[in-house]
Amino acid sequence: MSSSKRRRHAVFATWAYPTIAFVGFLLLWQLVVVVTQLKRFVLPQPLEVLERGFALLDLLFANTPATVLAIALGFAGAVAIGIPLAVLMVASRALESSFYPLLVGSQGVPKVALAPVLVVWFGFGVLPKVIMAMLIAFFPIVINTAVGLRSIDPNYLHLVRSMGASAWRIYTRLLLPSALPQIFAGLKVAMALAIVGAIVGEMVGANSGLGYLLVVANGNLDMALVFAILVWLVLVSLALVGIIDIAERFTIPWSRNTRTRELVQVQG
Amino acid sequence: MIRIKNLGKTFTTADGIVIALENIDIAIEEGQFVSVVGPSGCGKSTLLMCVAGLIEASAGSVTVASTRVTGPFTQVGIVFQEALLLDWRTVLGNVLFQIEMRGLDPKAYESRARELLDRVGLGGFERKSPWELSGGMRQRVAICRALIHDPPLLLMDEPFGALDTLTRDQMNVDLLRLCAETGKTALFVTHSIAEAVFLSNRVLVMTPRPGRVIADLPIAFAGARRLSLRTTPQFAEQESRIYSIFRNIGVLRDE
Repeated sequence: MSSSKRRRHAVFATWAYPTIAFVGFLLLWQLVVVVTQLKRFVLPQPLEVLERGFALLDLLFANTPATVLAIALGFAGAVAIGIPLAVLMVASRALESSFYPLLVGSQGVPKVALAPVLVVWFGFGVLPKVIMAMLIAFFPIVINTAVGLRSIDPNYLHLVRSMGASAWRIYTRLLLPSALPQIFAGLKVAMALAIVGAIVGEMVGANSGLGYLLVVANGNLDMALVFAILVWLVLVSLALVGIIDIAERFTIPWSRNTRTRELVQVQG
Repeated sequence: MIRIKNLGKTFTTADGIVIALENIDIAIEEGQFVSVVGPSGCGKSTLLMCVAGLIEASAGSVTVASTRVTGPFTQVGIVFQEALLLDWRTVLGNVLFQIEMRGLDPKAYESRARELLDRVGLGGFERKSPWELSGGMRQRVAICRALIHDPPLLLMDEPFGALDTLTRDQMNVDLLRLCAETGKTALFVTHSIAEAVFLSNRVLVMTPRPGRVIADLPIAFAGARRLSLRTTPQFAEQESRIYSIFRNIGVLRDE
């Protein structure tokens, strides 16, 4: 393939494929509704959903900032606690054996079940949503960071020991940078989960936000609005995970992950 | 420079105790280039790691520059088979990594780093990233990183083992020149007999497990060492001395 042809191909892949896939999905949806003749309040038609969504665009916009704020703060909190905790667990045997069983065990607790408890403790403000998002997002960050730190070739460690390097320098200049590709993979999962956390938090107790709006629309049996909110949430998620994607490409252009993107694709 | 006394190393594995090294006694003078050859798994890398203080000996002692080695020895430059470069740093940044990790000022060493890179033929590549380099170039960067702080001792563990023959020959010539110019003491682990003979003042021959030094051969040639040396009868004679040792201990068999 010539380079200009390849570039046109890449542009096509970036915009045309997702559009085609999305339109195909809408058609399939329409087909299901028409063929099964489902009632409007069970599954509305896609066109109806879009119409309702555009009609209530102001409402969607007005409720987005609260949700995004909860997601952003929860995600930031998960990063701020998760990465240092992973470093400590990797650096210290004692801390690992203290925290690791707790950490893994805590994942057995359905965090959704904690949402009402958080409302009781922290009220209807933004805080319980932030905590909810943080609790869910935190685990993949810790696990990915720990795996990333440990997956270094041991000879690198021999090398830096022969340089008489302090633990601080070994972590900040060797281990953490080399773990960045895995950390970013964890951040993407964490962002997607933070969104779920914030929405669940809002569904349980809130007076604004997209999760709150979902509950209200559902209560009114306004299925078109429910689905419009879900579609809007999909777009918000794409944007938020997209931010991490872009940050990844700028932070670690050297990563094999970034560099092999094209090579691992099956050419055809 | 290096005094190894009665060194022994045993590992406990799932299959029981493995004796990697036994009764190693070596004295290496300052400025000597000493190679260690032996079959795979004979413990030559372990020996190097013991000298660097990166593996604790089970018996005996290692003294380098009249200091008993009990932990990582830092007056040293190490080169492994893999270049072990950092992908997020440039070529220059990789050389200066040694300086930064020692808490020294990289600015003060930058001109020296550039000069070293120039000397190994990497002038103009300072701003490149490691993944843009060939295997031989990467290993040259690793050698510069091992020399930037001017250590008295150079430890190399099959540094050219992953390179193609032509690149390897060139690296041998360049390393010989670098060591002659800087007067470093070098301990060089390899499984290539030709490489050992070409580079060294002395070749230590090791047996398979338990690893022991069974021959300590001085290597001397009249005149400067060039690649053409390797086709001379004198060179072949030195090589065949080592081959015959391996035949005698059963490492090599003709049929």
